Amino acid sequence: MLAVDVEKQLGAFALAARFTASGGVTALFGPSGAGKTTIANMIAGLVTPERGSIAVDNSMLFDAATGIDVPPHRRRIGYVFQEGRLFPHLSVRKNLDYGRRMNGHAYDAKKFARIVQLLDIGHLLDRRPRALSGGERQRIAVGRALLMRPRLLLLDEPLASLDSARKHEILPYLVRLRDEAQMPMIYVSHDAGELRQIATNVVRLDAGHVAATGGIELLD
Amino acid sequence: MFDLSPAEWTAVELSLRVSIVATLVALPFGIAIGWLLARKDFWGKIVVDGIVYLPLVLPPVVTGYLLLILFGRRGPIGAFLADYLGIVFSFRWTGAALSCGIMGFPLMVRPIRLAFEAIDRRLEDAAATLGAGGFWVFLTITLPLALPGIIAGAMMCFARALGEFGATITFVSNIPGETQTISAAIYTLLQVPGGEALAGRLVLVAIVLALAALIVSEWFGRRAGMRLQGE
Repeated sequence: MLAVDVEKQLGAFALAARFTASGGVTALFGPSGAGKTTIANMIAGLVTPERGSIAVDNSMLFDAATGIDVPPHRRRIGYVFQEGRLFPHLSVRKNLDYGRRMNGHAYDAKKFARIVQLLDIGHLLDRRPRALSGGERQRIAVGRALLMRPRLLLLDEPLASLDSARKHEILPYLVRLRDEAQMPMIYVSHDAGELRQIATNVVRLDAGHVAATGGIELLD
Repeated sequence: MFDLSPAEWTAVELSLRVSIVATLVALPFGIAIGWLLARKDFWGKIVVDGIVYLPLVLPPVVTGYLLLILFGRRGPIGAFLADYLGIVFSFRWTGAALSCGIMGFPLMVRPIRLAFEAIDRRLEDAAATLGAGGFWVFLTITLPLALPGIIAGAMMCFARALGEFGATITFVSNIPGETQTISAAIYTLLQVPGGEALAGRLVLVAIVLALAALIVSEWFGRRAGMRLQGE
């Protein structure tokens, strides 16, 4: 359960958004420049709102009124970025394992194997990010975020850098993630067609404000 | 090799010791200052920037003289270090290492700073969302990504230290076995009539050492670069 109520002035652009998301895949949908990525960055703690609050599962991540601002590394929000952002100096295996190491969790071979299998990335483990295709990179990025045991997975236009054939290669994995792993997700995209395949709820954003919330009928 | 006399070997050994110690001691400071200049905006940054690059533009004799005033036995810093920590610089090889380190410092900081500036900060954000606090982000992401620049900086400093002459001879003089490095030994030989032949061997050693440093630095840099690019 995610509750967002944030405000921030960014130059001439005023962001003021309020919505909740509980379970399933919540789409943050809207044209580019609507403030989708800024909201995702606020949830992750990479951008600080001026006013408002952000809470996940009843734990407060940010609250301007009481001065709470949990730093990004303590939020346990998995974040899949548009450009993957895999660490170029680490192998795929070490990229995947990074979150576990940083959080001091014990190595869980079963969980590792399950996610590797879910995303079908077993044959890539000893490669370097540079030697991967765009689609492979994004699958690793999803796996890396999942393996840090997040409370919530944020995906910011995860398919935007891929051509349409690659998009269709990845979407099924995300659907599996939704149905098999039951991981609550916030999925940022401007592509209604893509969202129709994955989203369960929709928050439609326009010019920094929530224009509508509801089911996938909002994508039409 | 080279058929060097014991005195010449002493100069070579001393040069290497001075340069290695100068580089290793300067390195943590070089990384810290390089990072500070690349990443932070603070009051007086221009002054820090200027002081770091000062040894590059000052006549080495002036730098040596300033070191003598500050770090000499009666200098404010030198007296303090000698009385409380037992570290003496004047007319010791440690003083040669200090002046070589200071002369090489600007050359060390520059590539390190550029390497920090070139790092994609978004990778650091990604590491933070994965649970890495500031210190761990630096240790596991920033530092490894800056490694080619750090190696280049260390090698530049080492090469500069190996060739340092003006500041060192001004600060700690030219004492065989204590502060007489290869450069100082060559200089001494050239002051004596007929010394050119003797100096020739040390000149050869200096050329070989400089070339070796360049090749090693190139090799390390390329390996680190390849690692980053995932080959």
